[in-house]
Amino acid sequence: MSKDEQKVGWSKIELASRVAQDLEDGWFVNLGIGIPTLVADVIPEGREIILHSENGLLGLGPKPEPGEEDMDLVNAGKEPITLKPGGCFFSQSDSFAMIRGGHLDAAILGAFQVSMYGDLASWKLPNKPLGRVGGAMDLTVGAKRVFLCMQHSSKGVPKIVEECTYPLTAPRCVDRIYTDLAVIDVTDDGLVVQELAPGVTFEYLQANTAAPLKILETRLSKGDSAVI
Amino acid sequence: MIQKKYENTAKAIADIHDGATLLVGGFGGSGLPSHLIAALVEQGAKNLTVVSNNIGAVSDGVAALISNNQVKKIICSFPVGPHADDLIARLQNGTIELEIAPQGTLAERIRAGGAGVPAFYTPTAAHTELGEGKETRMFNGRLHVLEHAIIGDFAFIKGHKADRWGNLVYNKTQRNFNPVMATAAKITIAEVDEIVEVGELDPENIATPSVYVHRLIKLEPQREGRVLVNE
Repeated sequence: MSKDEQKVGWSKIELASRVAQDLEDGWFVNLGIGIPTLVADVIPEGREIILHSENGLLGLGPKPEPGEEDMDLVNAGKEPITLKPGGCFFSQSDSFAMIRGGHLDAAILGAFQVSMYGDLASWKLPNKPLGRVGGAMDLTVGAKRVFLCMQHSSKGVPKIVEECTYPLTAPRCVDRIYTDLAVIDVTDDGLVVQELAPGVTFEYLQANTAAPLKILETRLSKGDSAVI
Repeated sequence: MIQKKYENTAKAIADIHDGATLLVGGFGGSGLPSHLIAALVEQGAKNLTVVSNNIGAVSDGVAALISNNQVKKIICSFPVGPHADDLIARLQNGTIELEIAPQGTLAERIRAGGAGVPAFYTPTAAHTELGEGKETRMFNGRLHVLEHAIIGDFAFIKGHKADRWGNLVYNKTQRNFNPVMATAAKITIAEVDEIVEVGELDPENIATPSVYVHRLIKLEPQREGRVLVNE
């Protein structure tokens, strides 16, 4: 990608904010490692969303002020966080009973690849000696909704594909994909673009996606000639 | 009178034998029983099977046992981090075996071990590489894989406070794998910041009942005035 192209779309924090917009009052939501952890810092004012951290916490708050970090108060990425009033701690087995038992309204996860059918690959790269699964496989089978929050491409290679070529985390599990370029739903009718990031045309998005996309005519950006 | 306190870590871990299965609590550096690990590096027991969530996140975790060639097999969910190089080298030369388990499956296998359940079905890892070769069964139209319980010969756990009987309370997310691992070993050894008299801990707050804890080590406080951040 050229420098000009990198400026298109949402920044990481804008992407996290876009995801946070769709979280409903009263939801219990797990945040995965990476960009998803930024969601904790941008929860809309006035909305009570209770964030779950797989290491055994409900009520995760924003990052602490410098100097206030506590090594015994960390998120799934082992970064210091804060606890909101009403928050609580529990063991790892309780944490995953919560996850696997279907008690969380949404899990927001990263991805290496996602297929047009909602298959997710997020734990092992073919060129790396080790995979690292963490809680991803439990979250994908257990959460009521699985949202991905990720860069649209990795080093110019599209992450949204027809079929995953990397080892799967779980098949047919992803409901919605948020990237720096767009918001895309995984439906029985294929991948449907719900929103384009600022400056992104549908043609540009399709050119950077290795699976067919659909979009309602009313959602097209200025400059798009394609009508789907 | 019940007395579980040991005068030093070396004595508390002296009988860990070659070939033992060891459960190690913690999530990265939080709730990591690093003093017990350091003592085991000194003690030198070999061919250990070590069950712990993260390998390589911090230098004073299980990575130290791997670097000292004491580990035959690792069972974990997250074998990646800045201190995983020795694990990778030993995997490549075939001197260590790695079993990756999904984190919730790992926790539940340990819970099952402590609860007398030999195996259970879970939907986690069905249709994936980590479910390959395992018995499967359909429940409610969904594929599940059979997972077997884990029981340790020893568990190393980290708590905040203990009483003389071995009841434990934890500090924040230090809890993580510690309470479940405490249930699943023949000998559970806890390192804690403070040991108080029986009756001093609020019974409503005891997260690990004394029945699960066999040995206690009190550490000298060292975190006052110091911010510890994971490496």
